[in-house]
Amino acid sequence: MAEENKVKLHGMWASPYVKRVEIALKIKGIPYEFVEEDLVNKSQLLLQYNPVHKKVPVLIHNGKSICESLVILEYIDETWKNGPPLLPQDPYKRAKVRFWTSFVEKELLENVLLVVRSEGEAQEKAIKVVFEKLKLLEEGLKDLFQGETHHIDGENMGILDIVLCSLFGAHKAQEEVLGVKFIDPEKFPLLSSWVTAFTEVAVVKALQPPHEKLVMVYQFLRQKALRPSAAGVEVKEGVYVTSLSRSSPF
Amino acid sequence: MAEKKVKLLGFWVSPFVYRVIWALKLKGIDYEYIEEDIFNKSPLLLQLNPIHKKVPVLIHGDRVISESYVIVQYIDETWPHCPLLPQDPYERAMARFWADFAETKLLHTAWLGLCARGAEREKAAKLAMEAVEKIEEVVKGKKLFGGESIGYLDICLGWISYWLPVWEEVGSMQIIDPIKFPATSSWMNTLLHHQVIGDNLPARDAMIEYFQKRSKDLYESDWFKDIIRLHLHP
Repeated sequence: MAEENKVKLHGMWASPYVKRVEIALKIKGIPYEFVEEDLVNKSQLLLQYNPVHKKVPVLIHNGKSICESLVILEYIDETWKNGPPLLPQDPYKRAKVRFWTSFVEKELLENVLLVVRSEGEAQEKAIKVVFEKLKLLEEGLKDLFQGETHHIDGENMGILDIVLCSLFGAHKAQEEVLGVKFIDPEKFPLLSSWVTAFTEVAVVKALQPPHEKLVMVYQFLRQKALRPSAAGVEVKEGVYVTSLSRSSPF
Repeated sequence: MAEKKVKLLGFWVSPFVYRVIWALKLKGIDYEYIEEDIFNKSPLLLQLNPIHKKVPVLIHGDRVISESYVIVQYIDETWPHCPLLPQDPYERAMARFWADFAETKLLHTAWLGLCARGAEREKAAKLAMEAVEKIEEVVKGKKLFGGESIGYLDICLGWISYWLPVWEEVGSMQIIDPIKFPATSSWMNTLLHHQVIGDNLPARDAMIEYFQKRSKDLYESDWFKDIIRLHLHP
């Protein structure tokens, strides 16, 4: 019984999707065992627990596996009702959180990844799209926060805070690698103060890899996408990824 | 709050809009339907959904909700009778997981197959079939994803029972082979014979005509060429 109730999280230190789940578990005060996965040589256990996507994060609880970070976050909120809530109680507020979470996931994150993986004209186009989406989010925050200062701490971080944090918690590393400043306090004052606030939360700080490691992650993602020859990628990638996946920051 | 007036902004052939229609009908919620021409968007739509400028949009009193998944869950939480999502958190997680899977791996690929041509169409159809293989395993042995009654996952995947056969016909492709996927085919049949679903579907002939034109227009558009490149040749 005790063994079944244990929570395990299969993840990888550099994955922002895994980071989301860790933040949620820590906010709720749920003890868990972290199982580091080598994403190049995926373990039998991972393939068994996530046969559909073969990805991390995977949460194991009561002998069952739950996959996809956003699904896991709602599962955590619904299963452990004693800790701070990750979603508001009111259905309309919940709808707004889900709407903006979906927006950050599909409209912002996808386009930031495009910026990371492209260069030249394609990258310029992608950067322009990211700024357009950030502008929409900034406008949306006015409605979401309703003019009140959004105070965040380890007690009230919710799904939207967590998802945005997993994207822009590393904004300084993104700036350094991409040479573009997305979290600009002059252009996006609400968003910038929000990002600053959640990067200061103790739980988030404790889980954030050091800046140099994050720079390495973004450089790796960029090089992986822009390498011309597949053969070249295999050899170099094998070395690079192995060193990336084995070099935990803690 | 539940007594306030409900309106739904929709487009006659959108499978996303029908998710909301089915949810409202299953719960017996009265609503006013407002048809929107998505090719000539009204000031109302642009005001209510400035972010995505899309339907469906649900208006409940002074509340505005968009995105079909968000709307269906809002309906389920605001009118808790005849629950759509299961009670158990793990079962809820499974419903959400498979809804997301079907959206990204089946709906998008089937749509790409409809609008692409030649080798790209074949590739998209093949990816769609691989997705159906997984769905087949989930629905095996069940009457409906929701068990004896229609649930959240049936609503989210309901388009498969009616839109997908139309896309298969228009795109001359077969994604759901009834011999290969007997459980899925049986589920499709059960759904179509359910009063709420069967009585709330767009006219098939009109759909065929609409998707024939849409497929042609998209195939020729630059925007679509980018999408194909992104999704079929990553």
